[in-house]
Parts: sequence; C-alpha cells; structure tokens
Amino acid sequence: MILHQLLDYETLRVIWWLLLGVLLIGFAMMDGFDLGTGTLLPFVARTDIERRVVINTVGPVWEGNQVWLILGGGAIFAAWPPLYAVSFSGFYLAMFAILFALILRPVGFKYRSKRDSALWRSAWDWALFIGGFVPALVMGVAVGNVLQGVPFRLDSDLRIFYEGTTLFELLNPFGLLCGLLSVSMLVMHGANWLILKTDGTVQARARRFGMIASLLTITLFAIGGVWLAVGIDGYAITSAIVTDGPSNPLAKTVARVEGAWLANYQSHVWMLIAPVLGFLGALGALAFQVWRREVAGILCSAASILGIISTVGLSMFPIILPSNIDPKSSLTVWDASSSHLTLFIMLVVTAIFVPLIVAYTSWVYKVLWGKVDRKAIEDGSGHAY
Amino acid sequence: MELDIVDLSRLQFAITALYHFLFVPLTLGLSVLIAIMETVYVMTGRAIWRQMTKFWGTLFGINFVLGVSTGLVMEFQFGMNWSYYSHYVGDIFGAPLAIEGLMAFFLEATFVGLFFFGWDKLSKLGHLIATWCVAIGSNFSALWILIANGWMQNPVGSAFNPETMRMEVTDFFAVLFNPVAQAKFVHTVSAGYVTASVFVLGVSAWYVLKGRHLELAKRSMTVAASFGLAASLSVVVLGDESGYLSTEHQKMKLAAIEGMWETEPAPAAFTAFGFPDQESRETHFAVKIPWVMGLIGTRSLTTEIPGIDELVIHAENRIRNGIAAFNALQDIRAAGSMAAVPQETRDVFELYGNDLGYALLLKRYVDDPRQASVEQIRQAAWDTVPHVPTLFWAFRIMVGLGFFFIALTSVFFYLSARRRLDHHPWLLKLAVFAIPLPWIAAELGWIVAEFGRQPWIIEGVLPTAAAVSNLGATTLLITIAGFVLIYTVLFVVEMALMLRAIRKGPEPDDTPEAALVPKALAAAE
Repeated sequence: MILHQLLDYETLRVIWWLLLGVLLIGFAMMDGFDLGTGTLLPFVARTDIERRVVINTVGPVWEGNQVWLILGGGAIFAAWPPLYAVSFSGFYLAMFAILFALILRPVGFKYRSKRDSALWRSAWDWALFIGGFVPALVMGVAVGNVLQGVPFRLDSDLRIFYEGTTLFELLNPFGLLCGLLSVSMLVMHGANWLILKTDGTVQARARRFGMIASLLTITLFAIGGVWLAVGIDGYAITSAIVTDGPSNPLAKTVARVEGAWLANYQSHVWMLIAPVLGFLGALGALAFQVWRREVAGILCSAASILGIISTVGLSMFPIILPSNIDPKSSLTVWDASSSHLTLFIMLVVTAIFVPLIVAYTSWVYKVLWGKVDRKAIEDGSGHAY
Repeated sequence: MELDIVDLSRLQFAITALYHFLFVPLTLGLSVLIAIMETVYVMTGRAIWRQMTKFWGTLFGINFVLGVSTGLVMEFQFGMNWSYYSHYVGDIFGAPLAIEGLMAFFLEATFVGLFFFGWDKLSKLGHLIATWCVAIGSNFSALWILIANGWMQNPVGSAFNPETMRMEVTDFFAVLFNPVAQAKFVHTVSAGYVTASVFVLGVSAWYVLKGRHLELAKRSMTVAASFGLAASLSVVVLGDESGYLSTEHQKMKLAAIEGMWETEPAPAAFTAFGFPDQESRETHFAVKIPWVMGLIGTRSLTTEIPGIDELVIHAENRIRNGIAAFNALQDIRAAGSMAAVPQETRDVFELYGNDLGYALLLKRYVDDPRQASVEQIRQAAWDTVPHVPTLFWAFRIMVGLGFFFIALTSVFFYLSARRRLDHHPWLLKLAVFAIPLPWIAAELGWIVAEFGRQPWIIEGVLPTAAAVSNLGATTLLITIAGFVLIYTVLFVVEMALMLRAIRKGPEPDDTPEAALVPKALAAAE
C-alpha cells in the first residue's frame, strides 16, 4: 500500500478531525430532532391520538437517524482509538445512562401502540421522554466537562486511568449549563420538526415550546460563552508541535492556560462564523416560528446546531480531550489518531459511502414528505405506530 | 469480598453479546425470507403473498427493534469496558465496525422505515427494492462484524508499533479476506437463515394445527422448508471449523472441542461421547468414531490434527520467544526509537515480535515477564487451554441440532412437494416445539467461538486479562444489574408481543386485489 502516501498524515488528521465534527453534527441534526421530539412528546400531545401523531412523525425515520450515533461510535473507534478508549471508559456511568435511555427508544416507538391499555401506552410515552431527554442532557454535560478537562492519565504503556470519583461530579455548574443548552438546542430542533410534520393543536403547542427553546438556546449559549471566557481555563500544547509524528499522546507537553479556549478566535478571526451561526440560527428559528415558515425554521435550527457544535470544536483545536490531572496525557489531533494507512482507507470508504447515504436518505425523506395523516392512524391501517 | 474486574467485565460482555445475539439471527434470516415473499408478490401480483410479507414483517419488526437497542450497547462497550483493547487494536478493529455503519447498517435502518411506512407511498417495485435493501443491509452488517471478529481469532495484516504501543494495520486486504472471517460469515449467516426458517415453519405449523390462516401458513411453510433446507445444509457443511487449522489457537480450540489431549495419526477419530477432564488431562469413557474428526477438521485424510499436550508445548516455546521480544521492546522504548538500538536488538524484535502477546500471558503471575520462573511459564502455557468440557459439549449439542434441522427441513420440503403439509399432526407439533432450538444452537456457537478463544481477546496478541478498563467492581456490578434488569423486562415484553401478534394472525386483506384471486384457484392449494 503506497497509495496512502498521496495524502500526508497531517492533512489526514485534519480531515478526520473535520469528519469527527461532521458525524457529531450529523447525529445532532438528524437524530437530534428525534431526541427533541421524544422530550416534547408528553407536553405537546395530550390525547392518545395526538401522541400517536407525534410518534409517527419520527416513526419511519428514527432507525436511520440513530445510525448516525452508531456510525459516530464506530468512526471514533476507527479514526481516533485513544479518544474512543478514554472517553467511553472515563465517562463510564454517564455512557451507561445514555445507553440505558437509548435502549428504551426503539422498543418504545415500536411497542407503544401494540396494546390498547392506557397504562401501557403512558408508560412507553414516558420511556420515550427519557429516551429523548436523558441522552440530550448527558451528552451536553459530557461536553461541558470536556471543556473543563477530564481527570484521566496514561501510563507509559498507554493504559488509561480515570480518577474521577462519582457520576455526580460531572454535574458541576458549567457541565449542567452545557447539558441544558444541549437539551434546549435539540428541543428547538424537535419543535421545528413537529411544526413541519403536524398541524392543529399539536403544531400550536410545538410552536410555543419551540419559541421558548429557541430563546433558551440563545441565552444559554451566550452565558456559556461568557463563562468560558472568564471562568474556565483552556489547554494548549507547550512543546514543539509535531503534526505527523506517531500517535503517542505522551510525546508532547500540555499546560492549562487562562483564555486558551479563545485563542483560536484571535489568531483566526474567521472562526467566529461558528458562534455567530449558533446565535443567528436560533434567532432565525425563533423568527420563522413567529412568521410560520416551517421549512425555513428547521433549516435555521439545523444551522444553529452546526454553529454551536463547531464552536466547541474550534475553541479546543487542536486539543480533543484535555486531562486536568495530567495535562500531557491530553489527546490532540496530532497524537490521538489511527495510523496513516487506516485514516486513508477510512477516508476512501467514507468518501464513497457518505454521499450515497445522503442521497438515499434524502430520497426517503422525499417519499415521506408532508404532514402525518391523522386519519390513517385512526383507521388503524398500515403499519403506523 | 474481592470481585475480579476481568471476570465481571467478561460477564457483562457475555450477557450483552448473548442477548444481542438472540435477535440478530432472526433479523438476518427473516429479512431475506420476507424479501423472497415480496418478490413472489411483485412477480405474480397475488395478494396472499403481500399479506404474508406484511404478517412476517410485523414479527420481524418486533424482533428488529430489540436487535437495534442491544446493538447500541455493543458498539460502545469496547470503549467502556475494554479500553486497553480499544487502544491496542482500534487501528484495525475499529475500521470494520465503522464500515459496517457506513455500508450496511445505514442502508438497513433507512429502508426499514420505508418497509413499514411505505406501502401506500411507493410503487410495488419501489417497495420491493426497499425490502431488499433491508435484507442486503442486514447481511452486509454481519459480514463486517464478522471481519472484525475474525481478526480477533486470526489477527492477520497487522504489526505491533513500539512507538505507539499498539497494533497497526499493515495489509488491509489481508484483514478483509481473512479466511477465518469468511468461514464465520457463511456459517453465521446460514445459521440466521436456519433460525428464521425454523421460526416461520413452526409458527405456520401451529396455524395448520389450529386450522387457521391455511393459505398463508402452507405457502410460508413451503418457502421456509426449501430455504431452511439449503441453509441448514450450508451451516453444517460449511461449518465454522473450516478455519480451525489456520492458527495455533484455532487448533487448540479444535483439540479442546474434540477433547483430544494427544496428537493422533491422521485421519483422527471423532469422540462422539465422553467426559473430558481438565484436571487429569484425559477424556473418560470416550466412544470414538474413526476418521470423522480428521474429515471435519481438515477436510482431508492425511492432515494431522495436533492434540492439546503438543499445542501446550508450542505455547511454552512461544512464551519464551515472547519474553525475548518483550525484552527487546523495553530496550527500544528506553532508547526512544527503533533506529536508536543495536541491530541485534532490532533483529530479536523482528524475529519474535509476533510472540509478544505470549509474554503478556505471564502478567497474571508476575509484573515483569522477564522475571518469570520456569514453573510460571509452564503454568501460563497451560492457561492457553480453554475449558475443555464446555467446548466439548457445546459443540456436540450444536452439531446435533444442526443435523436435526437438516432432517426437519427435509421432511417438510418433501411434504410440501407432495402437498401433504397437513397430513401428519405429530410432525407439525414437532415443528412448533423446534422453534427455540436454533437459538440454542446459535448461542452455543457463540460459546464455542468466543469462550473457546480464551485466554485471548486477540489470539496470540493480547490476553483478555490485559484488555479491560480500570473500573471499580461496584461500578461494574451496577451496570451488570442495570443491563440484566432492562434486558429481562424487554425480553418478557418482546415475547408477550410476539405471541400476541402470532395469536392475532395476519391482518385481513380487504383490498379489491385480494378479491380478484379466483376462489377456485385459492381452494385448489
């Protein structure tokens, strides 16, 4: 295999850092409205038929959307093995909470309307709420903790030692703020989805929740930004930066530096596009909710998600996962990737399949375009949930 | 009370993997059966085949979502519970998992929504394409997962990199075309087809016994019997053990399956019955059938199958080589790079690098493998023997069931050809009671392959004990309890819904198309 020399290691690492962003943003945009819809389910829909309408808005698409998460896990494993190993073992119980909640979701969608009992259905409705709310919250909390540094260190064999004590120490004020931002962002997106796919009472309620969530997204994102600027130290590589060296995190040194998370915006002003997009997107979502422009609304909330997640990534670049107890163990773009060959092979596979996925997913959404037909659900025909 | 983190992590993995594998085989097989039924519908235009597609599709859906739910856990728990493993082999092992998502699971999951929701939104052909995409996606999923798993059994195309302290890929095509992975793929997918066929056969037999939905039941039995016969022949003939001579530990697995302590002259006899004794290292009351083992294991009459005792001696040698490699590695790391050590050290590492994993087997007994005593080395060599009685019996029950499935599907294939499906109630009852058996065979197959891989997580490269995350026992107990709880609840719910849907039967088809089928023709079948 000589072909992989076509792209140098440094370029491949940057591409895979971007693709990591694409996958996380893809997940937040696609599965995000499912999570937001699940969170809103008990509140925007009160009667059984209303709830079935809400569930059927995501019924045909949640399976495909969820693959963004699975692919995210697989791609991190393939392209950033140390990140996969450290983050999932470090945030072990948080991951367990996410998985536990997500396990409820596929079965919830499928099983809820298989029996007539009100208790049965209400139990699954709350399971779907948990399946939407808990992952949205915990993933945000995890990001909030990553920004503050995570208590792990690597020994010379690159064995991982996580020295956090309990799950509850993740629930610090900044972590919680990020968790709430994540929930409002996805609820905003989910509300826009429901506005697009429903009508009548459900749509009106979704619009109300959507406006609140858009406002909260703007507010919490702003508070988070200020907090990050004044209250949270960043991390920066202090040794000479080798961009094409072997992936061994211990080969460099890192220090905790005040204001380091904002340094990129000073040296690369264009990066400010990301936070600006985060704000403008949410603002646009709010405006289009008021002006009743359904498609424009969901495009705006998607743009807001893109902006907010990119902001986190760009603020930290080239750090991916900082360690607060042993900064030199921190994982960066330059020392936490797979080998040159694996990154290249995975890039080729991705370049072939992601366009295909986008194409057939778009086709499926086109086939399913339009409001959910309440009458079809009431008639009990077909395979509606 | 001291609970071993390695054992707890293994327990959790076994629980989640075995549970996930309750749903996967049916998804694999039923997706194909449904696609076949719908193809007949599109080709003939006869509504009964659409009704069959929809009915088995409903059961498929109930099963499918649990496969998805439990698959989520599988995707993340390598990082959660096996973080050193993830670091050590992620460069190779991660790729097939990611490709599985890109190439297979996206296809399957995107189109499964259209399968259920697209009946009124797509043309006949459009819907059929969606159904085939689900079937193809799920089968390709299995391919990539088994490429990943096959590499754990036979780690080809990779080498240890001292600078990054991990295995890195050297030849991706070797990983793709790993013979063990190919054998496993055919075997596992066929097992899925058998599972679905026996399921469809059994449920339909129950309808025939009750005199309900005869139209649907008999046609379904015909499809299931023919497809199941082909699949059960494939699962036995193209068995997984065809890959069992490719590596040292695969040979060990084969010897353990056979309870064969000493090397026998080719072709080896098959021990049909016996009591292997791990302590005394012999098999009591062995009943042997000449030649059969040699044929199963090597497909030849002249290839010798090594016994356990001989393989342990090999392992002991490799441990000694591994210690030399380990020693060289420490020098290389102290010097900073390969280039900074004398040629002699590089040569040693080059020569014995493949046995580095064997030195890590000693970590159980001593921190620095170089300090290991002769006795510890012998002990570690014996650790490479998996639990013989478990493998011996798991294999025999699995193979016995495999032959039973061939017999069952042959009989129904014959009855179906003679149009006598309802002539022998006892056979129908047998088919109903056979429903759980493929699952037992599949789970035993997992045990033979994965429990039989012990003490390795990656054969010859990384011992299982070295691969775990540094988690607390309490943390692990919490998650084990959590998974057992939610899985048990969901299993009960799933079974209840499945039985309910079966009892309810297919939705009546009142479309004009269904009425167009001439009554006389319908009655004739």
